[in-house]
Amino acid sequence: MSVPHEEEGRVIPISAAPSFAEPEPMARLLAFVRRRVTGDYEVDEFGYDPELTDKVVLELIRPLYNHWFRVEPVELKNIPDDSGALIVANHSGTLPMDALMLQVALHDEAGRALRLLGADLVYQLPFLSHLARKTGHTLACPEDADRLLRKGELVGVFPEGFKGVGKPFSERYKLQRFGRGGFVASAIRAGVPIVPTAIVGAEEIYPKIGDLKTVARLLGLPYLPITPFFPLLGPLGLVPLPSKWMIEFGEPIRTDEYDPSAADDPMLVFNITDHVREVIQQLLNELRLRRGHAFPPFL
Amino acid sequence: MTHTVLVTGVSRHIGARVASALAADPDISRVIGVDTVPPPSLTRDGDSSLGRTEFVRVDLRSPDIAQVIAAADIDTVVHMSLVSAPSRSGGRAAMKEHNVIGTMQLLGACQRSATVRRVVVRSTTAVYGSSPRDPAVFTEDLEPHDGPVHGYAKDAAEVEGYVRGFARRRPDVTVSLLRFANFMGPGVDSPLTRYFTQPVLPSVFGFDPRLQFIHEDDAVEVLRRMATEHHPGTFNVAGAGVLLLSQCARRAGRPSLPLPSSAFRVLGGAVRRVGLVEYSPEQVRLLCHGRAVDTARLEAELGWKPKFSTAAAFDDFLRSHDLRPLGGARP
Repeated sequence: MSVPHEEEGRVIPISAAPSFAEPEPMARLLAFVRRRVTGDYEVDEFGYDPELTDKVVLELIRPLYNHWFRVEPVELKNIPDDSGALIVANHSGTLPMDALMLQVALHDEAGRALRLLGADLVYQLPFLSHLARKTGHTLACPEDADRLLRKGELVGVFPEGFKGVGKPFSERYKLQRFGRGGFVASAIRAGVPIVPTAIVGAEEIYPKIGDLKTVARLLGLPYLPITPFFPLLGPLGLVPLPSKWMIEFGEPIRTDEYDPSAADDPMLVFNITDHVREVIQQLLNELRLRRGHAFPPFL
Repeated sequence: MTHTVLVTGVSRHIGARVASALAADPDISRVIGVDTVPPPSLTRDGDSSLGRTEFVRVDLRSPDIAQVIAAADIDTVVHMSLVSAPSRSGGRAAMKEHNVIGTMQLLGACQRSATVRRVVVRSTTAVYGSSPRDPAVFTEDLEPHDGPVHGYAKDAAEVEGYVRGFARRRPDVTVSLLRFANFMGPGVDSPLTRYFTQPVLPSVFGFDPRLQFIHEDDAVEVLRRMATEHHPGTFNVAGAGVLLLSQCARRAGRPSLPLPSSAFRVLGGAVRRVGLVEYSPEQVRLLCHGRAVDTARLEAELGWKPKFSTAAAFDDFLRSHDLRPLGGARP
C-alpha cells in the first residue's frame, strides 16, 4: 500500500505508531475467536476454509505427524512454489491417514495447501463431506480437477482409490491398478507437471489381515478390516501403530509439451499413466529400503 | 432506435425495479409492465416507483398476452414472472401453472409476433439442483447428475426447455437466459430471506452448504443490460465467492439449530400451516449440499462484474434488517 505524499513528513506519536511486534498470544486467540463467532472469514468457492484448516484441523493432526509417525518429507524442492501441479501418490493404511499426513507435510513444510480429489463415498456422508470441503478437498471429477489446476492450486490424487487403501497387509508397497487415468488428462489439459509421490509408513499403521465383507456390504462400506487389534480390542484397536513415515516427492513429469487436446488421446493418457505408476513404484521400493525398519529401533 | 419493452412480473420487487430502470432509459420509448396482480405501489398510495411504466393487468396463463404484444409493437420482452414459492391461497398447482403455462403463452405470443427482436428470461441456478455427486462449481454447459425433480427448480428447468425451443424456432430473435443465484438485498422477500430473519435458523445435521447470492442492484443492472444490448446465450449470474450456511448464521447473529433431515419434513408442514417459512424438499436439499456457479461467461460477455460479492450482498441484507453478529456491529 502506498502512503500519500502529504503524509510523509508528519510526526506520528509513539503511542499511535503501529506495533510491529507479534501480538500477544491471548490477543491473537481473541481475534481468532471474534472472527469465527462473527463469521468474518473467507472460504473459497469449493468451501475451503484456510483458517479453520490451519488453526484447528491441522493443529489436531500435527502431534500425530511430528511425534507419532515422525513423518520425514524428502525432496520438497520438487513441489512448485506457487504454480499448479498434480501430486500423484500411493494410497494405503486401511484408513486414509496418508492423505492427512501428506496435507500436513505440504502445508507446513512447503507452504502449499493440498487440494485432494476424493471418492464420491466421502461426499455422500454427513460431517465428513463438509469437513473434507472445509479442509480444501473436493469430489474427484474432471470439472473440479481442471478448475483447481487452472487456478494454480496443488491438487492431489490417489489413483488406486479404495483398491489401494483397503488392500491386505500381504500386498503392502505393491501399487494397485490405477483408474482410467483421468488425472493425467486433467494435468495435460491444464499443462501442469505431475509430481509422482511415494508415501512409506502408512502400510503398517493398521495391518489389514482380514475383511468382514458381509458386514461391510450391509453398512455400505467398501470394506471392513480385521487388523491384529481390531475389532478384537474394540475402540482401542483404532489407535494406529506408530510406524516411521517418509514421503518422497519425485522429479516432476512435464505435460506442457502436449497440446491440451491430447488429453482426449487414450493411448497417450494410458502411456503416461503407466509411466507415472512405474515411477511411483520405483520411488516406493527405494524409499522403503532407505527407511529401514517400520518400527525403529526394534522391528 | 426506439424500443418498446414488455416486462412481466412487475408487481414483485425485482420486476418493478427492472421496469423502473428501463423506464429511466431515454432510448426506450415505452415500458409496459404486466402481472396478474397490480403492483403494490399502485394499489397503496399511487407512488410512481415504476416511473413511466404502463401497467396492464394480464393473467399470463391466458392468451391475452398475445394481444398486448401485438397492440403495442413490443420489440423486447423481459420475462421475470417466475414464482419461487407457492402462494398461501393457490398452492403448488397454481404456481406451476403460472410458471410453466404462463411462459408457454408468452413465448407462443412472441413466436407469432413480427416485432419481437429480443427475449430475456429470468431463470435460476436451482436448475442445477444440489447434489453431492456434482462438481463443486457449475458452469452453464454442465449437465447435473440429479436434475431438479420438483418445485420451483423443476418449473425453471421446464421453462428453460421452452425457451430453448423458442430460440430454435426463431433464430432471428436474441434470446438471453439468465440463471440467477438467490436474490439478496434490502427489498428482497424470498423463502431464503425469510429463512434468515427467523429467530433460530434450523440447519441440517452434519451439513454446511455453500450458498451464493446476487444483490438486487446487480440483478437489475444485468437485466437492464440484457434488455438493451445484444447478448444471446445462457448466463449464470451470482456475486463473487460463497458463504457457508454456518457463516451466514454467524454474520446474522442467529443461533443455528441442527436437525436431522427427516425432521424438516415434519417441521416443513407444521410451519407452512402457520404461514411462516417454507421448507420445500428442494430447499432442504440446498441446505444440505449447497450450490455454487461459475460466472466467468457473464463477466466476459458484459465486460462487467457484479458490484456486490456474495458476502457483501448478504451484509447489505443484514444491515437493512438490523441483524448483526453476536457482540458487535459490522461496519
